Amino acid sequence: MNSSMEHEADDPHIVGYGTFIKVWLALVGLTALLVGLSVAGSPNLALVGLLVITPTKASLVFFYFMHLKYESAALKYMVAIAIAVLVIFVGLTFTDYLFR
Amino acid sequence: MSASVENHDAGPPAAEQPAGQHSAGEHRDYIGAKLGMWIFIFTELILFGGLFVAYGMYRSMHPHEFHHAAGELNVVLGVINTLVLLTSSLTMVLSIVAIRLKRKTQSMIFLASTMVLGCVFLVNKFFEWKAKIHHGLYPGSEHLMARPPGERLFFGLYYGMTGLHGLHVTVGLVVMAIMLVLLRRDKIRHDDFIKLENAGLYWHLVDVIWIFLLPLFYLAA
Amino acid sequence: MSTAVASTAAPTASEPSFYAGSSRQGVLSWLLTTDHKRIALLYLGSMLTFFLVGMTIGVFMRLEHLTMGPTIMKPTTYNALFTLHGVIMIFLFVIPGLPAVFGNFLLPIMIGAKDVAFPRLNLLSWYLFMAGATIAITSLFTGGGPPDTGWSFYVPYSVTTGTNVTMAVLGAFVIGFSSILTGINFITTIHRLRAKGMNWMRMPLFPWALYATAWVQVLATPILGITLLLVVLERVFGLGIFNPAIGGDPILYQHLFWTYSHPAVYIMIIPAMGAISEIIPTFAHRTIFGYKAIVLSSMGIAGLGSLVWAHHMFTSGMSETSIIIFSLLTFLVAIPSAIKIFNWVATLYKGSIELKAPMLFALGFIFLFSIGGLTGLFQGALAVNMHIHDTYFIVGHFHYVMFGGTGMAFFAALHYWYPKMFGRMYKERTAVVAWVHIFVGFNMLYFTMLVLGMQGMPRRYYDHLPGFHLGHLVATVGSWILVAGLLLMIMNLVRGLFRKVEVPANPWGGVTLEWMVASPPPVENFDVLPVITEAPYTFNPVSEEKAK
Repeated sequence: MNSSMEHEADDPHIVGYGTFIKVWLALVGLTALLVGLSVAGSPNLALVGLLVITPTKASLVFFYFMHLKYESAALKYMVAIAIAVLVIFVGLTFTDYLFR
Repeated sequence: MSASVENHDAGPPAAEQPAGQHSAGEHRDYIGAKLGMWIFIFTELILFGGLFVAYGMYRSMHPHEFHHAAGELNVVLGVINTLVLLTSSLTMVLSIVAIRLKRKTQSMIFLASTMVLGCVFLVNKFFEWKAKIHHGLYPGSEHLMARPPGERLFFGLYYGMTGLHGLHVTVGLVVMAIMLVLLRRDKIRHDDFIKLENAGLYWHLVDVIWIFLLPLFYLAA
Repeated sequence: MSTAVASTAAPTASEPSFYAGSSRQGVLSWLLTTDHKRIALLYLGSMLTFFLVGMTIGVFMRLEHLTMGPTIMKPTTYNALFTLHGVIMIFLFVIPGLPAVFGNFLLPIMIGAKDVAFPRLNLLSWYLFMAGATIAITSLFTGGGPPDTGWSFYVPYSVTTGTNVTMAVLGAFVIGFSSILTGINFITTIHRLRAKGMNWMRMPLFPWALYATAWVQVLATPILGITLLLVVLERVFGLGIFNPAIGGDPILYQHLFWTYSHPAVYIMIIPAMGAISEIIPTFAHRTIFGYKAIVLSSMGIAGLGSLVWAHHMFTSGMSETSIIIFSLLTFLVAIPSAIKIFNWVATLYKGSIELKAPMLFALGFIFLFSIGGLTGLFQGALAVNMHIHDTYFIVGHFHYVMFGGTGMAFFAALHYWYPKMFGRMYKERTAVVAWVHIFVGFNMLYFTMLVLGMQGMPRRYYDHLPGFHLGHLVATVGSWILVAGLLLMIMNLVRGLFRKVEVPANPWGGVTLEWMVASPPPVENFDVLPVITEAPYTFNPVSEEKAK
């Protein structure tokens, strides 16, 4: 992201209604799946729901609704770093609680 | 460092680097404004992240109590609120697409719908909390004091996290109201929509946080 | 630096300095400014005031230890004083520190920009800083009086004490916002507003340091925000998250608190190191040794420094597995810091060294920070930590790094960029005399603390046993010498504002962009925006004479 460049059109790429509606349908479907697994399934399946389905839903919001898919690589790296930092905070704190 | 000095002031705006000032009609920095908003989003992620740290540790310490206490929560309301927020995210992003396609009225309708859905969320939340408080399940209540420690922690976290989230929803509604006014006054246009887009980023963040809150609290039973 | 550039960049007579160039008059031209240079000076004035208050509190704390038993205050007063001393020094001086003053003033100029990316947000940052400070100061006079928990506000005491913790903590929360907004501003500025030709590896080291710091500000401060919020919620609503009676864990508070407060010390030190990286090459008239290594180590310190927080908690009751992991990470983070020390010293080798006041403070930094850093390693060793935790050894350590480190670098930067910021010059001789007092007094005060700590003197104690008395006497006398030096230094800098001395654009022979514009700079920094064609820190031996 170098500023010594020409002024470009503000984001020339417009994503259409259709894509977003499909994403919304996916999100609703995943939510249904998540609820189904948690209510009907074993605790392990519920955990799968938490660890797999929920991040997938969040990713859909990030990449499509928040336009991250079409943003620069630099911004994608920044998001990854922010999330990694959070994961590390949780992980390192767990080294205390899991091994007491 | 040696610098050769050139005259940049005489060039047309296209050759000029984007400046920081946001005076009307002058240099705007679309990418810079968006970058600033994304960094703010990171701070919000970490803010809630601290609460998720607390949740994670306490759940690992009191798994059964958390499981049991979660049974008190209304799964149906939680799922409804999830669908409400997911849909509001859709209408939010459609509002941005609409204004970029120069459909101002449609954009305003989508934005207003987002606000309505946000209000529905808050109303649901209000009734949910009201019911809990009526049943004596609030921090410091006698009823809660009688419960096992892990369950009291669960409810402390429940009120803290959904409360902070609700506060963010409220702020989001205020922001969107301002955007609605700006849309109406043509201060947000098809060629200058970064404010709306940034408001959208904030709203989607609110949605993402709820996406995590749902399984952690409502589906933990 | 070629003289051709210097003359091209010399200001025309028609270009007023930023002091004169505002569209508003009087006080409003300052209070409503969006000029990054004025905002920097707003920060400087307020921060120096807070520093003097915090310093005075420190003097009183040392006076209390002049005799055993009560000397000039009650024990509860002492507790309030050490809390205030910490809160004021840390939140109102060292954390805003170099970024708020020198980052704001110099970042745009050093990267060839007219201002930061979000000038109005910049002003808001200062107002949030002042609002938070006001709220914190209000805690002195309201409710149960000033907090007595220590600046770390550990639960359960911070939740149960009757003193006005809520106000103080809310003040810190608001100041945290100021820090976050500054971080957002600087990151965006550096990504978007660098001059043409200034790619990342041509950016000077002070902007690089500000960049690394800004990421820490942005990613770590929110944790403090939520932690302090939880303390308030606990005090006001009884939310109970840290309450052991209901299964909560006070150690979790410590985890959350230090997850911010350790990276906070890197917010303090990285910009300080950046300033030193600017000053040493200028006064050694040599290019910096290992530019890339310093860039990478700045980012490395920011990253690694965010992983070591529990080394403040080794004796708290954490799991043994965990403390081993954190001890290892703590040793790792010393490596990038040490790399910097080597690079600065290597820059001096075969340099043409000029011992002006900024250089004296910079060299003092290297010495004092080295002691601070090494004592940090002692503390990172688990077996040693068991004995010295919560003793004066820790107090000595953090004053060596925060005061001997960031403090000295702040003073170095103040003397270095003084002519640029004010278009005036202080008295060199007085500055050197002040420096000698500061250096001698500092070591007398804080080295003694290291010894006292080794002997077992606990920290945050209002009284001490006879065996520690000599050490306390020496330390207190040292504090007087230190304060004399500090006051002399500040008086010198203030009086310098009124001396009628013409200051050239480049009094030191520096080669970064700020020395290419007038002292003080015009409102929009550059008559024409520069285009960068060379690596930074290129000293032309032919033009070693300073541009007059």
